[in-house]
Amino acid sequence: MKKKESTFINMLAALFIVTLISGFALSYVNIATEGPISEAKLKRKVAAIKMVVPAFDNNPVSEMKTIFAEGYKDSIEVYVARMGTEKVGTAIIGMSSKGFSGLIKVMAGFNPDGTIKNIQVLEQKETPGLGTKIKSERFIQQYVTKNPASFDLKVKKDGGQVDALTGATISTRAFSAAVQQAYEVFENLKKD
Amino acid sequence: MESTVNKKETFLRGIVAENPVFVMLLGMCPTLGVTTSGFNGLGMGVATAFVLLMSNIVVSQVKTQIPSKVRIPAFIIIIASFVTIVEMVLEAYIPFLYEQLGIFIPLIVVNCLILGRAEAFASKNNLLDSIIDALGMGLGFIIALTLLGAVREILGSGSLFGMSFVPENASTFIIFILPPGAFIALAFLSAIFNKIPTK
Repeated sequence: MKKKESTFINMLAALFIVTLISGFALSYVNIATEGPISEAKLKRKVAAIKMVVPAFDNNPVSEMKTIFAEGYKDSIEVYVARMGTEKVGTAIIGMSSKGFSGLIKVMAGFNPDGTIKNIQVLEQKETPGLGTKIKSERFIQQYVTKNPASFDLKVKKDGGQVDALTGATISTRAFSAAVQQAYEVFENLKKD
Repeated sequence: MESTVNKKETFLRGIVAENPVFVMLLGMCPTLGVTTSGFNGLGMGVATAFVLLMSNIVVSQVKTQIPSKVRIPAFIIIIASFVTIVEMVLEAYIPFLYEQLGIFIPLIVVNCLILGRAEAFASKNNLLDSIIDALGMGLGFIIALTLLGAVREILGSGSLFGMSFVPENASTFIIFILPPGAFIALAFLSAIFNKIPTK
């Protein structure tokens, strides 16, 4: 077998066929994985809601409210958890684009009195091993049971009360900003 | 096409004698970037080895059809397609690993190990030899990344594969989790690997 010569037509045809096949293969895989990907995302969301609010018996996902977030592609999502008719907690997705590498999305759960019940990180692209520690329980623990009305969500370096992660101050700042955004939404909703 | 290479040697050389990371120093970007823990290194190694295997298979099959002047773009398209497939499949079925590896998955495309093997081996050898080469090199890459990740995790986080063996607030060598630590650990492991007698 001899190698095809590099004539213009041969080169054009070879690249055309390679890109054509690759395009079809990718669209096929894209269609095949679309369902599982959105399912996995939804499952993560429901699991995150369960983690950040007290036990509930309604379906927060079906009662989701969205609020426009200035400067972000996605909107803020608010999930209200109820036990019977009583509101037991609110889970709010807050965002910050000030992460070390892009968007950080967190789900913050608030008790009706405004204290933080728990926080889960939904999306982040931080440096593995450094910024990714914002997901660790040890780090998140310092926010739990605090009320952002009295607990300043800024890192200590900026005059707040949050201990920044070693070597990942930027990630910590962005995480705090996302929680702060969620809290502001929580406060606004309370006024209505 | 007659096989011109010794199969056993083709397979084994990727692991120690021509280890892609420690001896040939290929694919440094993912090597230094993701190896902050043993598990991350293993995951990245397996994803890369899979792409390497698939691209070697395809390249060894289409090599006579691709004019040599456009072979590099053609190879890159093939590699990029497999990487995108890996990315989508990981996101759908192993979201945990997908989150951990993050931006480094698309970067497998520009891992010079994969293009290097396509260009230096698969485009000149038959299917079986290309598969053996990919398996050997892929295994070498997995071993290297897992080893580097494990060393950095032990020293930097005081744990191995997520299991911590130091007290909660113990101070570890955080530098090994940071980029400079990657270079230091890589240098020591490279030195050791290059001292291993291969014959």
